[in-house]
Amino acid sequence: MAAKRKTPVKSRNPDLIRGVGKYSRSKMYHKRGLWAIKAKHGGVFPRHAPQPKAPTAAEKPPKFYPADDVKKPLLNKRKPKLTKLRASITPGTVLILLAGRFMGKRVVFLKQLPSGLLLVTGPFKINGVPLRRVNQSYVIATSTKVDISGVNLDKFDDKYFAKEVEKKKKKGEGEFFEAEKEDKKKLPEDKKEDQKAVDASLIKSIEGVPDLKAYLAARFSLKSGMKPHELAF
Amino acid sequence: MPFKRYVEIGRVALVNYGKDYGKLVVIVDVVDQNRALVDAPDMVRGQMNFKRLTLTDITIDIPRVPKKKTLIEAMEKADVKNKWENSSWGRKLIVQKRRASLNDFDRFKLMLAKIKRAGIVRQELAKLKKENSS
Repeated sequence: MAAKRKTPVKSRNPDLIRGVGKYSRSKMYHKRGLWAIKAKHGGVFPRHAPQPKAPTAAEKPPKFYPADDVKKPLLNKRKPKLTKLRASITPGTVLILLAGRFMGKRVVFLKQLPSGLLLVTGPFKINGVPLRRVNQSYVIATSTKVDISGVNLDKFDDKYFAKEVEKKKKKGEGEFFEAEKEDKKKLPEDKKEDQKAVDASLIKSIEGVPDLKAYLAARFSLKSGMKPHELAF
Repeated sequence: MPFKRYVEIGRVALVNYGKDYGKLVVIVDVVDQNRALVDAPDMVRGQMNFKRLTLTDITIDIPRVPKKKTLIEAMEKADVKNKWENSSWGRKLIVQKRRASLNDFDRFKLMLAKIKRAGIVRQELAKLKKENSS
């Protein structure tokens, strides 16, 4: 292809309205200097020798022709944007989990992952919640913030949390019962190390605030007389 | 039981309904049987139904429909703000507002403090009981 220009070309033919240019074809011929190019090449436009086409593989006739014409769906090139994070959720906010195994636990928000889910940690030593993903909708954001500056979160993304793909084992008669025994999966050591690394500086900043550690260790629950729509979190 | 708080010019009242809920206002004039002209340092003077007002004990000395400046001076002289905040009614309202604005963390700290206080009280009680029984 031709060499790329440093700045994109601005059209020399401004639009009067959409679809109608200011200058006619003959005027544009003169503006673009096509007469000068012709003069330089002796009255003819320069023609490049056709570049040799890369040899394409010989196409085989398809094995199968469908009986009826099938409509192809329209091309869709839209890319979804990252889920909008509520303004009250910033790195270091204490969140209350509303559903799942850790319902009611107060956890520290770390960052938003590319899938839109929130990366969250207990810290594990304080309330047993590991590095985990959670959806924004199942969370109440409190106005309590923890200092999160000493934590490096670059290595965590959605691929880190993907399930391990098991290799398919051939099932023999005798192996059926043995395969059941190794069902319990152990957490790999490097994930434990990651948890400790993230929690180390977090716990230090949490212990700097009085009562915050006990607060994170306790679960949230609605008591008698508490009206959620009147509570300030 | 005679009435003690009268609608009069200079009576300070608390608004209990509407856009200005919770504000202290001064009655500067009476429009008719149901409505009063009401003014406060931070609002435009306007009419309000008596049903929206709860009278307080505080009165100030003003002429009928004073200028805003006069009103503010009179309120400073009578020290309405401090009288209100030191009265038991005013103090209750302040506590209610504070309780409503408590954070989740604040509520947790409050719970710990209550438990601690109850523990201390119970210890003292046990001590007193022991002294009495022996």
